[in-house]
Amino acid sequence: MSRRHLPVAVTTAVFLAGFLFCSLQFENFASTRVVMNLLTDNAFLGILAVGMTFVIISGGIDLSVGSVIGFTTIFLALAIGSWGMPPLIAFVLVLAICAAFGATMGALIHHLEMPPFIVTLAGMFLARGAAFLMSTESIPIDAELYSQIASFSVRLPGGGRLRIIAMIMLATFLVGGLLLHFTRFGTNVYALGGSRSATTLMGVRTGPTTIAVYMLSSLLAGLSGIVFSFYTGAGYSLAAVGVELDTIAAVVIGGTLLTGGAGTIFGTFVGLLIMGLIQTYITFDGTLSSWWAKIATGMLLFAFIAFQQMMSGLSGRLPGRLVARTPK
Amino acid sequence: MPIRLPRAGTAQIAAFLAILAINWMVSPQFFDIRLQDGRLFGSIIDVFNRGAPVALLAIGMVLVIATRGIDLSVGAVMAIAGAIAASLADSQPVWVCLAAALAAGAVCGLWNGLLVAIFGIQPIVATLILMVAGRGIAQLITEGRIVTFASPDLAALGGGALLGVPMPVVLTAIALIVTLALVRGTALGLMIEATGANARASRLAGIDTTAMTVAVYVWCGICAALAGVVAAADIRGADANNAGLWLELDAILAVVIGGTSLFGGRFSIPLAVVGALIIQAMNTGILLSGYRPELNLVVKAMVVLAVLLIQSPRLADIRAYLSPRRARS
Repeated sequence: MSRRHLPVAVTTAVFLAGFLFCSLQFENFASTRVVMNLLTDNAFLGILAVGMTFVIISGGIDLSVGSVIGFTTIFLALAIGSWGMPPLIAFVLVLAICAAFGATMGALIHHLEMPPFIVTLAGMFLARGAAFLMSTESIPIDAELYSQIASFSVRLPGGGRLRIIAMIMLATFLVGGLLLHFTRFGTNVYALGGSRSATTLMGVRTGPTTIAVYMLSSLLAGLSGIVFSFYTGAGYSLAAVGVELDTIAAVVIGGTLLTGGAGTIFGTFVGLLIMGLIQTYITFDGTLSSWWAKIATGMLLFAFIAFQQMMSGLSGRLPGRLVARTPK
Repeated sequence: MPIRLPRAGTAQIAAFLAILAINWMVSPQFFDIRLQDGRLFGSIIDVFNRGAPVALLAIGMVLVIATRGIDLSVGAVMAIAGAIAASLADSQPVWVCLAAALAAGAVCGLWNGLLVAIFGIQPIVATLILMVAGRGIAQLITEGRIVTFASPDLAALGGGALLGVPMPVVLTAIALIVTLALVRGTALGLMIEATGANARASRLAGIDTTAMTVAVYVWCGICAALAGVVAAADIRGADANNAGLWLELDAILAVVIGGTSLFGGRFSIPLAVVGALIIQAMNTGILLSGYRPELNLVVKAMVVLAVLLIQSPRLADIRAYLSPRRARS
């Protein structure tokens, strides 16, 4: 096995071992129902994680995604409920706004040469503030489309239901995987995260790539917001507070290197499943409190980061802190 | 010569005074101060009092940022420290609560520092771990409840006053003076700046950059713990979910407003405190003016953008390119 695939292999092994452990402990665990619920409950997180994978591989970070969800849900609730917009037009409009928002952040990051962390922090404040200004209340969305989507599902053997929002997430992972691994854009993203100056010298135009990466991330955050509004059936400006951290955690647990330049969409998918598995375990156990999820996620994060650090140490790279982007 | 923010910080102090002046125009009673029950009251006092937790966080954060690091976990550390202090408050004397909380903060900082300095993990990632897990730990301490306490001694740290000055302001002033004495009274500040400017060169020059890095994270943890105790004392309880929520971002913003670059190097502790006061003065101003408090986040985003523009290396290049020509003509 090549060294490149080792992190993903470890993540997958951890997930399988965890799933086996849970199945042995609870007799009803290994069923399509549990797996499908896991996909449904984490659909919005998964869509975010696809965008975040691109951002982190390109050597950046996007803290604004949770706020963009809040903005999207409240925008949809008002557009459909108060302004009488057809849902599909509202979706297109909100996605366009999100894409423009992400492109602006990407442009600022590229042209001002500022750390993505602080630019997207401003984006986070701005999106959440815009959501608050539109409304601070939780507004139910009652459009026909919403009830149709909520009631539709594909029945699987074993009683599991594959819902629309889980399908959207799986499709996002598929398209994201194709985009990252089989297109020139994807290759440029890896190059950008590996070494920005080398990428520039190679003749890749880093500006458009950076802008496209953040545009994609915000676009997917918008899509995730739409899915979130399907999931909760309401728009709320405080929706998905702090989700950006869960997203980053899922991506890192999925084996993506936080210094950029390495990672896979498949790994992110498994990382997402592991996060979902922790939640499901706590629900099944019943005696554990929800804060254990945070502690377990923190410990997993630490384990995977330590593992990554060891790996990069083995391959002769200096710690990321000293040489942030060592050319390979 | 590119235009830099002057070291004396005239820009920040002018901004602070300007915001105070705007607040005064919006609400003519802004500068009214009255003495009641041995404590000063008034909107201007409130700016200092409410700004104290962020100012405390900023005092620690500025040192971390000066080493080219960042500490995202300060909000979670506040929650942990608040939970510990509130849990002990009714059974232990106040100094034990305070010591236990500060020790917990130091341990949190030590963890962060070791991850960054020994393991070589990027600071944003290393502190993310504690940011995620920290609130869980705080909830573990409070067992998921909001712990309230009756101890008047601990509550005095939030609501009491010394010679009329509210205790949070006094504690912040003490933290500021102690930090300044430690950092600027010795060569420590220089070494911290050197570590941030160029870690490898500093190590070759004989500075123990590992110890420096660990030390700043520990100090940041202690400051965050103190802020957590103040916040808990203020509401006479510890809320593991909401104590210090999002304050890490305010603290970073305060440091950045104070002119310290996120790329490490030169830093100013007093200006970071001024930065925290600017944020709080804007908050108070928006509340007083009757605008919706929700506007606050949008205003904050604008401030971040403005500071970004000022700090941008690219803009500095453009200014450097323009200024010699201007000198010639």
